[in-house]
Amino acid sequence: MHDLVALTALGGTGPESCTVGSVSCREYPDIALASVAARLGHEAETRTALATLTGHTAPDIGQTSGHTVKAFWTGPEQWMLEAPFETHEDLASMVKGHVKDAASVSEQTDAWTRFDLEGPDVRAVLELLCNLDCRKMAEGDAARTSIHHLGCFVLCRSADVFSIYGPRSSARTLQHAIIAAMNSAL
Amino acid sequence: MIIQHPLLGPRDSSEFVYLGDASLIDRPDWQAENAAEAFHDYAYLRDNPAGEHRELWFHEGGDRSWLVVTRNTVTHEISRVELARDVARTRGRSK
Repeated sequence: MHDLVALTALGGTGPESCTVGSVSCREYPDIALASVAARLGHEAETRTALATLTGHTAPDIGQTSGHTVKAFWTGPEQWMLEAPFETHEDLASMVKGHVKDAASVSEQTDAWTRFDLEGPDVRAVLELLCNLDCRKMAEGDAARTSIHHLGCFVLCRSADVFSIYGPRSSARTLQHAIIAAMNSAL
Repeated sequence: MIIQHPLLGPRDSSEFVYLGDASLIDRPDWQAENAAEAFHDYAYLRDNPAGEHRELWFHEGGDRSWLVVTRNTVTHEISRVELARDVARTRGRSK
């Protein structure tokens, strides 16, 4: 039996975090992801299955919904689902069991890295990082954008808390961009 | 330049990638008798209007949707933005 040690996207055995001024940036590895793309003509079925999975109607354009299993809108008839890794490591197969042939499901857990930004001035950091009108984003909003030339998702969790999902293989680059913006803005 | 995305609202044009003439949607039938000639025209022949032009843009730094943007090549005024899939479907395409 191999004796393997789980590492985070930044290569540590635990999540890294950093605070500048009033804003903290914390790596958040404990999340499972799966993408769902409705197949042509099966959009309504997919929405119904997503509603069963998340306990909430499927999110509309630029929105998130759900509790333990959360969904956010990523494109026309496409969503990403996120859930705690501890309890939902097999999220993609679980989702596939619900949507069956109505949608295509891809495992995404190891494709993305997540950073949570928290603090009263978090929007000052975000407006340096990306093109989004983040001052207008409200709780439950989600958008895809470019940060430091990386395609990222920005989710507004609450007034002071945002999550950023970026490509896992560029985790250090993304963290560098966030910290540089924090140092500039705060 | 701001592109009024039909789903997401106003977005900066730097988030988009330009592909070319929207007539690229009308890919010829490869099994037709005149396929070689049709593909020659499809690949190489373009109108180059000074004025209104329909073109394909990709929202790479956003929701990754393909758009058909009607833009005036003289003034850069954008008069219409549609989802490319809707345009394709109105032309009888289902995929």
